[in-house]
Amino acid sequence: MLLIYCPYCEEERSELEFRQAGDAHIARPTNMTEMTDEDFEAFFFLRDNVKGLTFERWRHLNGCGRFFNAARDTVSDKFLTTYKAGLPRPDLGTLRPATEATVETYEATESDAK
Amino acid sequence: MADLIGADLATRTLPLSGFHGGSGAASLSVAKPATRISLRAKPDAVSALSGALGLSLPVKAKTSASSNGRHALWLGPDEWLVIDENGADLMAAVASSNVLHSATDISHRNTALIVKGHGADVAINGGCPQDLSLAAFPVGACSRTVLAKAEIVLLRTAEDTFRVECWRSFSPYVSTLLAEAAEDAGN
Repeated sequence: MLLIYCPYCEEERSELEFRQAGDAHIARPTNMTEMTDEDFEAFFFLRDNVKGLTFERWRHLNGCGRFFNAARDTVSDKFLTTYKAGLPRPDLGTLRPATEATVETYEATESDAK
Repeated sequence: MADLIGADLATRTLPLSGFHGGSGAASLSVAKPATRISLRAKPDAVSALSGALGLSLPVKAKTSASSNGRHALWLGPDEWLVIDENGADLMAAVASSNVLHSATDISHRNTALIVKGHGADVAINGGCPQDLSLAAFPVGACSRTVLAKAEIVLLRTAEDTFRVECWRSFSPYVSTLLAEAAEDAGN
């Protein structure tokens, strides 16, 4: 079970209390009526499906109920950090682990399991 | 009206009415009916609402305030669950604060179970993932959380006693699950 740090409750809680809520830092355009269809599509539908570091919104649904942002590694499922909604992306230079070495792949962890 | 004299008037049946269960390690009983409100307000309204309710609304995560059978539980940064075990009119109390807030009467949406005994924390942990040790969840601590698939609000009223608030439609599920977990807590 994953433990996720809620920046509002200020402690780690079980993943069972949380829901993922899509990508973070997507600014809603102020000129929707003037946008081209392509621009609107890009804002509304198109999302990256990155392997590795991603910024996501999460909601502490069965807790304080608040949305917050998280930086998560999609390969290892590791939460690098969480921060309150509305704050800018944190500087991950210090947070991000050396990826290849720390990512837990099946080959690295299970392939020689007895 | 004369026709009503001697007629069988409708009587209210509480959810879980008559329920009892548990084990030697954790006994389960149904809490007495209470009035409850879901209260939401911004920080500048907290002091006025505290005055109107007669207790200071907690502003720190996982804490509660209690006074004469009235409890205010921190649920979120701007959200509280206020319970009055004496059945006082909480809506009127917060309305007298004259500050901007949102209050909803949820007296009958929720019902509560009291889990008591040296294995009370073990019984609740049968479905709840939170750390209920006294260091992490001291007396007076409260939290909205999950009990298996149901949402509950926990309040530790004593070292060996918890109040488990749940929605009334979930109460058969919550009570059955807690009864099973209380049996296991005794082993």
